[in-house]
Amino acid sequence: MRPVRPATVAIAVAAALTAVTGCTEKGGGKDGDRVVHVTATDDKCEVSKKEFPAGHVELAVENKGSKVTEVYVLFPDDRVVTERENIGPGTEQRVTAEVKAGDYQIACKPGMKGKGIRQAVKVTGGKAVQRDPRLDKAVAAYRAYAQTQADETLPKAEAFARAVKDGDLDAAKKAYAPSRIGWERTEPVAESFGDIDPKVDVREDGLEDGQDPATDWTGWHRLEKALWQDKKIGDREKELADTLITDLKDWQKRVGKAEITPTSMANGAKELLDEVATGKVTGEEERYSHTDLVDFKANVEGAQQSYELLKPVAEENDAALVTELDRQFAALNTLLDKYRPNTASYDFTSYDKVGKADRKELSDAVNALAEPLSKLAAAVAK
Amino acid sequence: MTDTNPPSPSRRSLLGWGGAGLALGAATAGGAVALAHGNDAAPADPGAAVPFHGMHQAGIATPVQDRLHFAAFDVTTDDRAQFVQLLKDWTQAARRMTAGHPVGEGAYGGLPEAPPDDTGEALGLRPSRLTLTIGFGPTLFERFGLTDHRPEALIDLPKFAGDNLDTARSGGDLCVQACADDPQIAVHAIRNLARIGFGKVVIRWSQLGFGKTSSTTPEAQTPRNLMGFKDGTRNIAGTETDRLRKHVWVSEKDGGPSWMTGGSYLVARRIRMHIEPWDRTSLQEQEDIFGRDKGEGAPVGKAKERDEPFLKAMKPDAHVRLAHPDSNRGATILRRGYSFTDGTDRLGRLDAGLFFLAYQRDVREGFIPIQRNLATDALNEYIQHVSSALFAIPPGVRDKDDWWGRTLFSGEA
Repeated sequence: MRPVRPATVAIAVAAALTAVTGCTEKGGGKDGDRVVHVTATDDKCEVSKKEFPAGHVELAVENKGSKVTEVYVLFPDDRVVTERENIGPGTEQRVTAEVKAGDYQIACKPGMKGKGIRQAVKVTGGKAVQRDPRLDKAVAAYRAYAQTQADETLPKAEAFARAVKDGDLDAAKKAYAPSRIGWERTEPVAESFGDIDPKVDVREDGLEDGQDPATDWTGWHRLEKALWQDKKIGDREKELADTLITDLKDWQKRVGKAEITPTSMANGAKELLDEVATGKVTGEEERYSHTDLVDFKANVEGAQQSYELLKPVAEENDAALVTELDRQFAALNTLLDKYRPNTASYDFTSYDKVGKADRKELSDAVNALAEPLSKLAAAVAK
Repeated sequence: MTDTNPPSPSRRSLLGWGGAGLALGAATAGGAVALAHGNDAAPADPGAAVPFHGMHQAGIATPVQDRLHFAAFDVTTDDRAQFVQLLKDWTQAARRMTAGHPVGEGAYGGLPEAPPDDTGEALGLRPSRLTLTIGFGPTLFERFGLTDHRPEALIDLPKFAGDNLDTARSGGDLCVQACADDPQIAVHAIRNLARIGFGKVVIRWSQLGFGKTSSTTPEAQTPRNLMGFKDGTRNIAGTETDRLRKHVWVSEKDGGPSWMTGGSYLVARRIRMHIEPWDRTSLQEQEDIFGRDKGEGAPVGKAKERDEPFLKAMKPDAHVRLAHPDSNRGATILRRGYSFTDGTDRLGRLDAGLFFLAYQRDVREGFIPIQRNLATDALNEYIQHVSSALFAIPPGVRDKDDWWGRTLFSGEA
């Protein structure tokens, strides 16, 4: 658990990316310039105009297909400006948004799945801020990564919850660490939703003043304590297993809306290493299960994902930094592999079996990576 | 600190810094450096900058500053070029910090999204006579194919009677001794060097020290250790060119590797004091143990601290008697130790003592015979050596193009 931070990603490089997301309005707004007609079918997404002025925009969406669809207005980095779900076949809905000048995409998702069918549109007028398209691509890819992590976490978390609800102590213990990997990989993004993190990943000592551990402590670590320390599953634990799933579904649904910028990706990578440095190498994070090395590995993987996506730009601006980061990522991963018999698996040595000298070695390797990683933001902001 | 001209070094810091500029000329030409520059009345300026460049490293013969942060590092890179680059980067950072400047591009004003080069806690403070002194441990020579360059004098220290060494805070491939009159300055220096070193070196252990326990300025009173005694009155002064040459600086005539010429050897020992039992010891016994009186610091039977001690008047196991050069065939070391207190231990006892730092031309003729002779020291009942390290201290950085360890790593003399 980390102290709750205001949206981690407060550094918005592109001021143009601020927007007020809209909601459905029945027949609201005045027709004319402001209305963009979107005709969705099962294999098409037609828009009535591809260029319109900045400001208040209204989409009139008509679903002429046979599947339920949803429509998104997306920033170049795939962040959601506004969206409307559950547009049934044969229905029409209106979606409004405030948009600044720049390039956007309108996406229809027949069946409400996948990347959708996309149309590039341009919003003109006002001052547009241009960003390196490679960085937009990196952010979009990272957003997709974060979404995938959330999507893939849900079934694993559900397996964990099921074991808890079945009262199966061994199965629950086994499913615990794997259920956290996706979360740990994308923690800076997950934390940007300040309300979810304290519900799912808080440790007992992280509760706020006045909160009662008996009633206010929820999430993974509360269950961890029940499974490993108390060694029993009661009604409360079964209840909490359901709560965890509800909260994780909330996260899964909101990941796409996270504020992500190239520098926040870079600093997010560094923050993942900070998580390791302050919580995992000390064994505080998983104090009952001692599965710290699983979280550790996931944090490093998430940081590396962020880094790899930014690398083409960073390399151009600071080749020496990229060389150093490659070296240190490799060194840390090699070191971590010493603690799992099989590199295809996430079965790591229990952290209570990792001695002082080995913990220092891990800590040294984290510092060796985190220090140059702290320079990545500068290398992409140049 | 300012980015403009650093305060000029005081007279005394120039004198103590035997290798610097004008003082160096005088030292090599005539020897009588102490008398070469007049104005004896000028007090040491505790905020001044000590020159970084010179034939010997600063921080040895330099008048002892009030505070210490000593750090031993292990090397983690196997890449020699990378390590040499680190030594160059460290030299540049040390050159800047000792002059009172921040590291790199400073502590603020850069990209808001990136951490600043300098950590910033020394901003606004004076150079505070910061000296940074680097040393190479025996284990360094196993790396980078340097075993042929390991000086014979850089031995593995033998076990001494009463040693209870914690290996986790002993040894090290490298050390940096940071001395300053302001603890914040010393800590800032080690912190920033460690930061630059991440990925190439890691801190193995470190020690903070306060209250210097020895003086390299004979006109100053010998400071007291935590037992309340003056110890080491006859320490080598920074102005005693002849004694420095005889006992501290490595000479090309020593037969060791030429890269060490102008260097020295440092023994660092963390000596824990059993404070509570000591404090319950009678005054008479305390004075007998040291061989001095507690008030003035005079040797047994004498009136003043600096009176020549009559060793035979002391008990056979008195500390001063056993440590004195006359009891050790003239063996002499330059001490610049510090008191330390790391809070209390788990038993509620003060975790305190002396962080002993001794420089010498050859430990086989300096620390080792003296420490062996101290096996029967009555003081041993109240102290315990808990960490130990030995480092070869390379010669000084000569000018702005030179770097720490060049004589070893570039093979030049």
